[in-house]
Amino acid sequence: MSRAGRIARRGFLIGSAAVLGGVAFGAWRYGRPLPDPFMGDLPQGQSALNPYVLIDGEGVTLIAPRADKGQGSRWMQAALIAEELDIDPATARIEAGPVSAAYYNTSVLGESLPFRPTDRGWLAEAARGAVDVPSRLLGFQITGGSSSAPDSFEKLRLAGAVARETLKQAAALREGLDCKDLSTADGAVILPDGRAIPYTQLATEAAQIDPIDQVVLRDKSQWRWLGRKMRRGDIVAKSTGTQIYGADLRLPDMLYASVRAVPQGGRITSLDSADAEQMRGVRRVLQIGEAVAVIAETSWHAMQALQAVDLQWAAPDTAGNQDQIWDSLTQALDQGDVDSRLRNDGDVEAALADGQPVTAEYRVPFLAHAPLEPMNATVRVDADRCEIWTGTQVPDFVVSHVADLTGLPQDAITLHNQMMGGSFGRRLELDFIMQAVRIAAEMPGQPIQMIWSRAEDFTHDQPRPAQIARGRGLADKTGIRALDLAVASPSVTASWFGRVWMAPPGPDNTITAGAWDQPFAIPDYRVTGHRAAETVPVSSWRSVGASANGFFHGSFMDELFDAAGIDPLQGLIDACDDRVSRLVLEELRELSGWTGRDLGPGRGRGVAFCLSFGVPCAEVVEVTETPQGIRLDRAFAVADIGTVLDPVNAEAQLSGGMLFGLGHAMNCELTYRDHMPQQTNYHAYQAMRLYQAPQVQVRLLENGPVRGLGEPGVPPAAPALANAIHAATGMRVRELPMTRQLRFA
Amino acid sequence: MQVTVNGQTHDIDADPQMPLLWALREVLNLTGTKYGCGIAQCGACTVHVDGMAVRSCQLRLGDLNGEVTTIEGLGQPQARHAVQAAWIDHQVAQCGYCQSGQVMSAAALLMLNASPTDQDIDRAMSGNLCRCATYPRIRAAVHDAARRLAGS
Repeated sequence: MSRAGRIARRGFLIGSAAVLGGVAFGAWRYGRPLPDPFMGDLPQGQSALNPYVLIDGEGVTLIAPRADKGQGSRWMQAALIAEELDIDPATARIEAGPVSAAYYNTSVLGESLPFRPTDRGWLAEAARGAVDVPSRLLGFQITGGSSSAPDSFEKLRLAGAVARETLKQAAALREGLDCKDLSTADGAVILPDGRAIPYTQLATEAAQIDPIDQVVLRDKSQWRWLGRKMRRGDIVAKSTGTQIYGADLRLPDMLYASVRAVPQGGRITSLDSADAEQMRGVRRVLQIGEAVAVIAETSWHAMQALQAVDLQWAAPDTAGNQDQIWDSLTQALDQGDVDSRLRNDGDVEAALADGQPVTAEYRVPFLAHAPLEPMNATVRVDADRCEIWTGTQVPDFVVSHVADLTGLPQDAITLHNQMMGGSFGRRLELDFIMQAVRIAAEMPGQPIQMIWSRAEDFTHDQPRPAQIARGRGLADKTGIRALDLAVASPSVTASWFGRVWMAPPGPDNTITAGAWDQPFAIPDYRVTGHRAAETVPVSSWRSVGASANGFFHGSFMDELFDAAGIDPLQGLIDACDDRVSRLVLEELRELSGWTGRDLGPGRGRGVAFCLSFGVPCAEVVEVTETPQGIRLDRAFAVADIGTVLDPVNAEAQLSGGMLFGLGHAMNCELTYRDHMPQQTNYHAYQAMRLYQAPQVQVRLLENGPVRGLGEPGVPPAAPALANAIHAATGMRVRELPMTRQLRFA
Repeated sequence: MQVTVNGQTHDIDADPQMPLLWALREVLNLTGTKYGCGIAQCGACTVHVDGMAVRSCQLRLGDLNGEVTTIEGLGQPQARHAVQAAWIDHQVAQCGYCQSGQVMSAAALLMLNASPTDQDIDRAMSGNLCRCATYPRIRAAVHDAARRLAGS
């Protein structure tokens, strides 16, 4: 079947319908139509060319429905449309678009399938196609899973192409010419005599004709913007302090609020706010659910008053101390109940019984998301409507939950998705938004901006779970013969879905993601997930399961290579059974000048590989032992994302992802005491700072399918560093953060 | 109370205990200066007081003694400071939330040290946390800004 045909069958944006004063392309003629977000809601004189392109007399607006958390994906999305539409993305308006099921994300659920990402066989591809169905039913407009690039790659270019061809047809009819004699450039249709008709002058006529839906996407050799260095549309604003984030929104007569909640799952038993109510600048003190909120003239007044509230609470009946949490993970491993066993090649037990296995146990801690912009939402609730300004990865869930909370119909709720000061997965959660709506509902008609203190953020995160893994394996001079990895973790999927919708039945593949799905041929090879009890709510943290499993799997492979006297990079290359992944490893060898793990006295380097979100990524870290501690000298990363759509941002994501992984591996953990993390601010959660950041070199390859790079740089970083430390010092770091055992310069 | 910000003197009615950060953001609506931690650990609130880099979350209005320059006063989108121009050319920002503070710290560093080494930059700027870890581009942009300032 042709590409266009397959896309049409999936119900992509082919078709058109007249709307007020213009046209909507992409009216979802195929199958059960999805609601077009612009139908009937357009100002007079504005045309909608499918849900991704709007043209009116003023100019062209491109809709980038996937949220931008800082990685620049908004401009990547705009460039995809603009490339086929023939318009300089810098001359178009770019908007996030309204909340609509039309913007469902087909890629993100694909990652949950039990097929290895390197499996491109018919069964795996068929299953990925079928995921389209549930994601349509759910109407997922979600940003996550490094899915923006693969989800957008065909859809948005097709949107641009359909709009372009239809505008050409409109020009052809006006001028009495043949469409094939026309071309397009810089936002205009070019006639054979050289005259240019701007798209803005053709919008109304384009509304009158059937859309041209048989289009052929251009070959990448013809691209003008994609794949070349582009300037991000937000770079000037973000360098001059003029970018408006959610926390910077200022509405007339707006008040500010802040919140102090009891530990998640706890209940308020008493609340004395008499002192707080008397403080200057305070307007109201409220109990909202299991939290106290202060509405005040400024955020500072609100935060000050919160400290003056005497809040007593009763604990939830789950494990609330760190040692109990470790016990629950150990118990899950000891009891051995299998949640998933997606990798089970050969006979691991028989193979291990035949030799003297290498064994190791690894631990990773809870990790906070802690994006630098504290959680905030600005809300105005009126009798018949609710307006929300916040940065979120899940706009549909925000609207449906606010509808449930307020009793308002969904179409009475307007969400303005704001530029986000980071997320790392934090904005998949609804907690802070629902608090803000509850607060604003107490003062109808009054816009209120609620912002958390940093302490509230650290103590009320849904962190990356602490996890424990045990490895057993055998290696000889020919390579790794047997590898058995057992991972214990609570289910991030069940925890998150339980909060936003309903927990799905069945195993949680994310418990072993980044371990079971690695492209290595090992004769006896098994990866088992054991689901531990959910002690505290947990959530997706940049690279999710692979953030832990990359460390477990990458560290243990290094231990096995070391035991057999095999060079770890050569060992990875020899064991790799996926061509695209092997090319990544070979490129890394060249980029890093790899000649072995030894770099002389007190120095060493380590390598690790992890395939996550379909992206094979390998990294090398070089370290030196100094009197001040371990110093990170240089770090190298190579990844294959199929097609580099935006080289400047791709490089930034890979470099940033690697440094993010290194900083947390070195310096970060949340430890729980009485149901609350003990770390309350960045002084106790340093992550990566400039003085610890190594020199970085990255390289991107284009041999596999189109993939996103927001997360895959993270997982190989921790094991590459641990392996480097072993090479330099002989010490095996099996527990994160590494500062538990050693110092860094 | 009188405060001078970006060359303009404002009469504001605010608690002298209020940190400068909140007066900038919520009284004067100069939102380029960011709240990140409130305890001088992240540097997102960095401004200049008489040319020196200061964490505005720790400076109470009653203790303010000098002229304040914020990111908005350092340069404008159409009239950029050399540091901002370098930040743009190197496309430093990812989420960008820390970058006002990074730019202000870099500008203050370059006033004291016209051609800093990597080590000088590390020392001066390690109080500015970037959760996206844009550090390699920060280093490159500071060197570039130093060259621009030397050439101007």
